[in-house]
Amino acid sequence: MTRSDVQLMLDVKAGDERSFGLLLQRYRTPLVNFLYRMVRSREQAEDLAQEVFIRVYRAREEYVPSAKFTTWLFRIATNLALNSIRDHRHEKLEISMDAPVTADAEEGDEKPFEVADKHPTIEQELVEEDRKKMIRRAIEKLPEKQRAAVLLHKYQELDYAEIAKILSCSESALKSLLFRAYEALRVELAPLVARHGTK
Amino acid sequence: MSCERMESQILAYMDGRLSESERALVQKHLDGCAVCRVRATEFSSVSDLLDELPMIEPSPAFDVRVRARIAAEPVKPSWWALLWATLRPSPRIAFAASMLLLATVLVIYRTDNIVPPIPPDQADTAMMQDLSVMEDHDTLSNFEPLKELPPPVDTNSADDDQQDM
Repeated sequence: MTRSDVQLMLDVKAGDERSFGLLLQRYRTPLVNFLYRMVRSREQAEDLAQEVFIRVYRAREEYVPSAKFTTWLFRIATNLALNSIRDHRHEKLEISMDAPVTADAEEGDEKPFEVADKHPTIEQELVEEDRKKMIRRAIEKLPEKQRAAVLLHKYQELDYAEIAKILSCSESALKSLLFRAYEALRVELAPLVARHGTK
Repeated sequence: MSCERMESQILAYMDGRLSESERALVQKHLDGCAVCRVRATEFSSVSDLLDELPMIEPSPAFDVRVRARIAAEPVKPSWWALLWATLRPSPRIAFAASMLLLATVLVIYRTDNIVPPIPPDQADTAMMQDLSVMEDHDTLSNFEPLKELPPPVDTNSADDDQQDM
């Protein structure tokens, strides 16, 4: 039987290191993805995800299951991500001004294109790639808190009350935040949305 | 329901997180409001587009790095170890405490052996009490006839002389 997150955390608190390994296994991918989409750097996202796990481990003895484990986990992650974005804002501005026009923060993470003989496949791949870039950039353009709200809502599928706790706001404020974020995405992705609507 | 009220309901409606009655109200509004209907459809498209982004996998070294950092974490001492660490004196403190104890013992010892000085008024009183004896001593030592007497005989030495004989 699968042990719940809370049970695993209580076992970690009792000194069971293997339970921590299970939590690590369960949440490393969602955490790294959330942080990657927040900070736009894979290396930085992994560093931050490591920091989240270390903080969880350090706090094991004081752990009280008063809220869902994911609320606690993503709250730590969100705070770290927001701090990191704030700390690196100046740095990123400098990089983007010096970087070549074609440079993309994500290019290093994408699978390299396989040179195929069939031109339509390459074209399709390029179109597909542009599409993904556009979606990523639209998310990236969102203000940090809206971005965190969308990522937690869309990819982590957390409920509104949980996301509101993570972002330290009321549920109604969160709904308003999400509405504005989806509105911004709708405008930013208008060409894709229009095409998607005609499918 | 107004279009403004729809702002807080539209995503919950799409997520299927509304109660039956709330859902019916939203549906009724959408049936009669083209603007909100378009918005709902486009929000749904945005949601589908977000699904297109691939997930990334953490690097293979991720777990190793986390475990290494955890292994490097200082072990938290138990409460009794903390208590002992607090109470256990350091060599420096132990030496200082020993010296203080020694100094205290010496001070007490010396204080016990010092005869306290008699206050002047008490000294006068004692002298007044002994005054008659002192007067007798003065009288006798200055009494002329007594000065003419031969010196007292040492009885012990006299006995010794007799035995020698």
